[in-house]
Amino acid sequence: MRHAGGSFRIFVALFAAVIPLSIGALIAFLFYDAWPAIHFNGLQFLTQSSWNLGNQYGDAVTVRGAEVMPGASFGILFLIVGTLASSLIALLLAIPIGLGAAVFLAEAVPARLRQPASLLVELLASVPSVVFGLWGYVVLIPFASKHLYPFLSKVLGFIPFFAPPTRNGYGLLTSGIVLALMVVPLITANMREAVMTTPRALREAGLATGATRFEVMRHIVLPRLRLPLIGVSTLALGRALGETMAVLMVSGNAINILPHRVYSSISTMAAFMVSQLDSALQDPSGMAVNSITEIGLILLLISMLVNGIARLLVSRISTL
Amino acid sequence: MSTLSSTVPQARTTNLALYRRRRIYNLLGWALFGLFFALLAFALLDIVGTVLKRGWPALSLELFTSSTNGVSGGLLNAIVGTFALTVGSLILATPVGVFGGIFVSEYQSSALARVIRYLSDVMVGVPSIVFGLFGYITMVTWFGWQFSMLAGCITLALMIIPYILRTTELALRGVAPELREAAYALGAGHATVVMRVILRSCISRVLTGILLAMAISMGETAPLIYTVNWSNYVWDGHLTREPVAYLTYVIWSFINEPFDSAHALAYAAALLITVFVLVITIFARLALSKFSSNQAH
Repeated sequence: MRHAGGSFRIFVALFAAVIPLSIGALIAFLFYDAWPAIHFNGLQFLTQSSWNLGNQYGDAVTVRGAEVMPGASFGILFLIVGTLASSLIALLLAIPIGLGAAVFLAEAVPARLRQPASLLVELLASVPSVVFGLWGYVVLIPFASKHLYPFLSKVLGFIPFFAPPTRNGYGLLTSGIVLALMVVPLITANMREAVMTTPRALREAGLATGATRFEVMRHIVLPRLRLPLIGVSTLALGRALGETMAVLMVSGNAINILPHRVYSSISTMAAFMVSQLDSALQDPSGMAVNSITEIGLILLLISMLVNGIARLLVSRISTL
Repeated sequence: MSTLSSTVPQARTTNLALYRRRRIYNLLGWALFGLFFALLAFALLDIVGTVLKRGWPALSLELFTSSTNGVSGGLLNAIVGTFALTVGSLILATPVGVFGGIFVSEYQSSALARVIRYLSDVMVGVPSIVFGLFGYITMVTWFGWQFSMLAGCITLALMIIPYILRTTELALRGVAPELREAAYALGAGHATVVMRVILRSCISRVLTGILLAMAISMGETAPLIYTVNWSNYVWDGHLTREPVAYLTYVIWSFINEPFDSAHALAYAAALLITVFVLVITIFARLALSKFSSNQAH
């Protein structure tokens, strides 16, 4: 037995098989449970902002072959918009800031201090989501509503998205800022490594032409890192799309409204799944839970797609 | 002659102006990058500082000796629950992740290993709430376990298995090939070489990966809302049909209550979780960098 590599191989392969089996089970069970909702909601699920459990005290009626409460309809356009908009803002903030911090750590910080300084940024990745939410709730929201957003609306008010009123601090931009802080370590850590592995001869050649260190960075080092940057940014996007607790605590949990300003309340697919669980469980027809499962299925497929693409990009880079 | 005398000094001044401008851009550029770094470092310090400053006054002996009672009391039920959920998920996930990692590393050239490595990277990116929903559909309702310890542990385990698998794989791949050759030369079989030579030589790296997975497991909230729910009592040892308390729930739920006692409990829970998670992470990272510097020698 011990000398037969074959049986050892089968033994460890059985454990490794848990990965594909889990992914298969995730898709299969979510699809199975969401099926009545997929059938009942149709395409309107994606094109309308109409989440309404219907009259919970009425008698169930049959609509399109499904038993639902009177007036029930489920459309999550506002969640799709909220999820994409908050993740986009997060990336717009996190990519330049994360890249700048990565270059600073790789080039300007003395080697002796580089590890502790990098740790300061990278530890942001290990702070639990719910603690980010708590910080957003007690620190960022008061600061944003009293100082940051009035200032923004004064300076950028000519752009419709930034025009007043600035409201109470919960909403799209706050969610974007918190998400940016949560995904930025991914960008900083990977890009710092990438900057540090740029061949020294290239920089020296650049400096020899009389370019400043900043110019060498801008025109020689960073253009070479475009592909890895796209890869880690896609990875960061995947993380931002599915982030739940922090967004739940700072987004304002809007229902059926599309955001018109960066200060507007929003909700995201992931956050909505938590905020609506209790009321959905009360729905006697069960269609509300099925529709929440449909949200989960869409979230699963989007995140697998985004991460799948990101990993293809990143692995191609590492083999180059 | 006259043209030369008029153009040369002019060229010199524009060159000097250009030179000055480039130097200023250089300084401004690095200052901006430095500012970005400072901003991120400040954010981390402010988060940790806020949690420590508000959580410290809320710490008391009662916190560790009594359970929550509505929105007051202590956190004993939540501390016990978080501990049990974390240990339970690690017990389930560790063998799967480690043996799975051995497969992916030992048979790395096989197509199956490559597919599994890719899929585990994809699985790491699946939002935790989706795992929670999966646990709810299957274990909580279909199996009839209801909100329970076992449903929570299995859900958390599914989340951290790909982490443990990938860190184990990286640890095994870092082992020098000479060690393997020496073990084969002594006549050891494949399983013996892997389990008693290769794995043993990098066991501290594997354990570090498990430690990081433990930190992830402790800090999770969303999947547990769907699988474990909440209880005001200390976990009584039932694996199913019994909801369990855990610390992260207190942070999310109690901060929205209009009572000071609830806020104090939320801050105390945040302090406990943040300190645990950050201490584990820092310890693991320091250990990892020590291993890699040892390996370089």
